[in-house]
Amino acid sequence: MLLTFYILGTVSVLSALGVLVCRSPVYSAMSLVCSFFCLGGIYILMNVEFVAVIQILVYAGAILVLFLFVIMLLNIVPTGESVRFNLPVLIAFGIAVGLFAQISGLFLGDIQFGPKDVYTAEAISEEGSIGLIGRLLYGEFVLPFEAISILLLVAVIGAVIIGKRRLN
Amino acid sequence: MDYFLVLLLAGLGVTLVGGGLIASRLFAPRNPGGVKNEAYECGEETIGSSWVHFNVGYYLFALIFLIFDVEAAFLFPWAVVFRDLGGVAFLEVGIFILVLIVGLIYAWRKGVLEWV
Repeated sequence: MLLTFYILGTVSVLSALGVLVCRSPVYSAMSLVCSFFCLGGIYILMNVEFVAVIQILVYAGAILVLFLFVIMLLNIVPTGESVRFNLPVLIAFGIAVGLFAQISGLFLGDIQFGPKDVYTAEAISEEGSIGLIGRLLYGEFVLPFEAISILLLVAVIGAVIIGKRRLN
Repeated sequence: MDYFLVLLLAGLGVTLVGGGLIASRLFAPRNPGGVKNEAYECGEETIGSSWVHFNVGYYLFALIFLIFDVEAAFLFPWAVVFRDLGGVAFLEVGIFILVLIVGLIYAWRKGVLEWV
């Protein structure tokens, strides 16, 4: 179990590095798929099969297709140039460092590892992660659930408005 | 649930594809050049670069697909606990789908779903 986690974790981190290192954007995207699949495996180790399936279905399936379309759309040809440190790169670097510091702070602080409250591994495996998620999503968290539909609606309308301008 | 078989199948898949690539790299003679690099049999010679701009329509299709993919992901838990939760959950999901149908109708009316 622990060995599987270490293997998946190592491959996931290495392929995430591959996304940055690869010269060709298409190779980067493929490396990202590998990372997504490893994360899916880690979710299965955490007993949340539903999240694992969604991870593979949505991220490795749909979002990667979107990335590849963007690569084709913007016509990014591999140049072999290394990254120059201009302003956008520096801003992105700053945000990444800040995010990393925040996540590190979470782990250093008073954090409770493992299953919380009533959601122990036994409870999850008894009802299944989908059932538990459904019970919470349509019971306690109705408002966030309905807010998701608004969010998705905004995404559709935004995509249509921005894309339509280029289509014409 | 036992995921050993999934792991086994995944490993088998990677081995088959990777093994084919590695074996061909090991055993096949490699001396590219000349006629070998041209488009083979079925391909026309390209005029200019073959890196062409893709129609933005592809991207819009993929984006709208992604949004309804996420919608479907939210409906799976509903299907599992549908019997227990009953009418209220049905209403909630009804509103959820209705809001997204507004988006679909919008995209439809704007002609994004029409091809060329």
